[in-house]
Amino acid sequence: MRPFDYQRAERLEHASQLAADADTLPLAGGTNLVDLMKLEVETPQTLVDISRLPLRSIAEEGAGLRIGALVTNTATAADPRVRADYPVLARAILAGASQQLRNRATTGGNLCQRTRCYYFTNIDQPCNKREPGSGCGAIEGIARIHAVLGTSPHCIATYPGDMAVALAALDARVEIARENGSSRSVPVRDFHRLPGDTPERDNVLEPGEIITAVTLPAPVGGTQLYRKVRERSSYAFALCSVAALVALEDNRFTRADLAFGGLAHKPWHDPRIAELLVGSEPSLALFDRAADLLLEGAQGYGENDFKIPLARRTLAAVLCEASGVGA
Amino acid sequence: MSVHLKQDRPDTRNVLDKTRQGVIGAPLPRPEGLLKTTGTATYAAEYAAEGCLEGVLVTVPVVRGAVTAIDEEQVRAMPGVVAVLSDKRMTGRPAQGMAGEAPFQPAQEVCYWGQPVALVVAQSFEQARDAAKRLVVECRGEDAPLDPAAVDAEESESTRQGDLAHAMAEAAHSVDITVTTEGHASAAMEPHAALAQWDGERLTVHASLQMLKFNRAELADSLGLEQDQVRLLSPYVGGGFGSKLGVSQEVVAAALAAMQLGRPVRVVMSRQQVFQVVERRSETHQRVRLAADAQGRLTGFGHEARVSNLPGESFAEPVLQSSHLLYAGDNRLLRLEVARIHRMTAGSVRAPGEAVGVQTVEQAMDMLAAKAGIDPVELRLRNLPDKHPENGKAFSSRKLAECLERGAAAFGWEERPRAPRHTREGEWWIGTGMASAARVHSVVEAKARVTLRPGGTALVETDMTDIGTGTYAILGQVAGEMLGLAPADIEVRLGDTELPPGSGSGGSVGAASCGSAVFLACEGLRRKLAERLGINSDDLTLKDGFVRWSGGEKALPELLGNAPLDCVGHFEPGDSTQDLAVSSFGAFFAEVAVNRWTGETRVRRMTGAFGFGRVLNARTARSQCLGGMTWCIGNALTESLLFDPVDGHLANCDLAEYHVPVNRDVPDCEVLLLEERDAAASPIQAKGVGELGLCGGAGAIANAIHDACGARVFAYPMTPDRVLAAMPEG
Repeated sequence: MRPFDYQRAERLEHASQLAADADTLPLAGGTNLVDLMKLEVETPQTLVDISRLPLRSIAEEGAGLRIGALVTNTATAADPRVRADYPVLARAILAGASQQLRNRATTGGNLCQRTRCYYFTNIDQPCNKREPGSGCGAIEGIARIHAVLGTSPHCIATYPGDMAVALAALDARVEIARENGSSRSVPVRDFHRLPGDTPERDNVLEPGEIITAVTLPAPVGGTQLYRKVRERSSYAFALCSVAALVALEDNRFTRADLAFGGLAHKPWHDPRIAELLVGSEPSLALFDRAADLLLEGAQGYGENDFKIPLARRTLAAVLCEASGVGA
Repeated sequence: MSVHLKQDRPDTRNVLDKTRQGVIGAPLPRPEGLLKTTGTATYAAEYAAEGCLEGVLVTVPVVRGAVTAIDEEQVRAMPGVVAVLSDKRMTGRPAQGMAGEAPFQPAQEVCYWGQPVALVVAQSFEQARDAAKRLVVECRGEDAPLDPAAVDAEESESTRQGDLAHAMAEAAHSVDITVTTEGHASAAMEPHAALAQWDGERLTVHASLQMLKFNRAELADSLGLEQDQVRLLSPYVGGGFGSKLGVSQEVVAAALAAMQLGRPVRVVMSRQQVFQVVERRSETHQRVRLAADAQGRLTGFGHEARVSNLPGESFAEPVLQSSHLLYAGDNRLLRLEVARIHRMTAGSVRAPGEAVGVQTVEQAMDMLAAKAGIDPVELRLRNLPDKHPENGKAFSSRKLAECLERGAAAFGWEERPRAPRHTREGEWWIGTGMASAARVHSVVEAKARVTLRPGGTALVETDMTDIGTGTYAILGQVAGEMLGLAPADIEVRLGDTELPPGSGSGGSVGAASCGSAVFLACEGLRRKLAERLGINSDDLTLKDGFVRWSGGEKALPELLGNAPLDCVGHFEPGDSTQDLAVSSFGAFFAEVAVNRWTGETRVRRMTGAFGFGRVLNARTARSQCLGGMTWCIGNALTESLLFDPVDGHLANCDLAEYHVPVNRDVPDCEVLLLEERDAAASPIQAKGVGELGLCGGAGAIANAIHDACGARVFAYPMTPDRVLAAMPEG
């Protein structure tokens, strides 16, 4: 860990001003950032501690819910409104990390969680995300946990989180405060980026921008599932995950909002899947066509080739469970 | 006073069955348990030493080469940095178990990616860690072989008997499979750590080590000191699983720094360093061939394996160790070969050999049972050899048949043959499988001193370690049983080279070896007490602090008077097992659920039945077996060291990415302990238990996967992708 300065932000504007510096990072729960600093993957000159800002509440807003950026994962997953109206979110959060980590991890911090790529976390290996221009060790290396969708020749890392996958299915928005005191709001589906030739940028946050909340739209009901496939049953990142909001009437889909984790540099959402499914009768053949859309541009890197059929099967499993097909 | 026994004959007296205290075998809690669970037991890195400096090992990202220059100046100018050491006595590899001499030196000759070559010492840990990362080490790198399948291998052992190929050709039923297992890490909870202090003449090191008398010799040899100049202390060890058998790099580095700087120096490996620099279990490539007649009786048995290690290392994962004696078959071919590649040192990781060798044989046996239409339990019962199938020696004791039968009954084993995919619960295929367990037994020389103190309490002392296994409890129980004292009246001191040298913990030798040393010491004390009374010690009954004999009774303190009475027990293995095959045996039964969509496999329940001689403490023995069965789950489903094919570095070097089972992966596990007396194994009739619980159980899980979903998977661990690839559609 490099020596660093520590500043405690008392007000949001103060935090934004400090975070505008390229060598400054905001610190909330620290469950990811501090680990990466120990490894010298992250080497900020200054940490601005935002954990005391008043962003810790969950409040009803319009017909939806506003979850403050500093609400812990544990608190969100336990909130009665979240559990009743957005169970996919609670399920996704509880599928991730461990209780101890969830107690510390925050909503905003979790959105900014960095990849688990082995080459990113080892400073003696090439990694374009950590050190642009140094190359990608994973493409020719151990790529078991890596992406099959939206990759680039520069980076095949995945976004590792679960919560954001549920938020993408829910079409939640990220509320962001800017350095000049204004704010903007970005759909979660657009918050994370594909690597392209700038894999060092995980998401669309600009210097000086700080996440203040996540807003959930009005509840939509239906069946809400989060399926996470992993080698061990807890404390493992997803090989593939699916968040699903599904509703049927008269044996036809009226809603099929799906998002996928473990497959790409961002929670993957393809609007064509809902377009295909809504109005159709559930069947294995239909689910296969949905998977064809999902995996249209999929590319494996040897070790992770299995993710392509695994994603197809996991998608089918979730839609079978939601629709009763094959039960 | 001392009592020495070189055991040349079986001890059939079963003394511990005749004593009266009634504590031997009892499921007593470990006396130090509360200290450990409340965080008040002090581990190596936790000692306070005035003026202690902090050292961090510097590793280089080169797979083979030589250090040509180290730019010390730059980091020496950093705040807090006191020294940069690149002493030629630093060790690049850990010592193998029971080596008793320095491991490979100098550290600056690099043989694997991430080898430590230097140590940065600073006022604070954070300063040292940062400086260690920034230290520029120039290394002349060379290419090196990385792939065990791509190099010529050298033969390590082979047994040929009869003609296996002919037996295979003639067999009514045969199986010929090739199975791979990946490398394993010990992944002990406590990272390797040392705190060294040098007073100008003597070195004192708090360390996390398993076998102190060997470790002292290894450290002294590494440093060029006499053994009596070195004191090692390891009263508590937070797991070792083989990775702390030999002295490792941080101990030598801390000692050198303390000697050079004249101040205490602490070196703790990071979690990543633990994975990268201590011993790994070799990956294996195995072929198993079974030939059987129409009744399933084995006529041929073949087991060949390729493992790997660094050049210059004598250790070869002894994959075939129990294959020699587990099953019958006149025509035999067993062959082990070693490929020389540049990964970190391969060495003993819990149950070396059997931990990966038995499960493949057990998979083949399951396939043979299906082919021959015989129940898998019955097939094994039919193939238990009367004598060692290669050397004709009789078994000293073998509870395998009972373990198979009682385990099957307890588990509720349903007889076969049956077709797989017979039971589905929702998305999950449910199936069961079984396997035998076997682990060879050995004992080593051990000493322990037992002192009866005025007032009628006792003190047991040996440099033996407790690596979480229950040594404190069982040595107290042996002494309590022999001396007629409640365990609460016995203090056990361990883990200090100032004490009589025990066996150390490793190879499941500790309980039988050190237990025997304590037993011998107590026999000496009993004779002393009897002498005072003018009677024969056989006529003595010691119970609850009272001494009774046919002529009367006395309170122990009264008989002892004001002076302590002590005796050193000295146990040495002799010829008692020369004409016998000595091994521990057992059986595993597992039920798994396999997801029909994703191939995820979860173990739903597991039963293990084990016979390992006398049970010294039913609670700690059960815990050892449970730990072993947990390893079986990781071995079968999740654990795998992932080496980069390009530069050979270990990719998954933390507990988030190297997947040991978590609580949720470990279901209710039932353990049956079958009492047994093995007179040849040790004077206390005990055999090794520690490692038996993981010798074969992964095969039971593999067989259950097949019974559940029809997938025969021949690569461990059986991750979802591998199960899916082998699973029939539908």
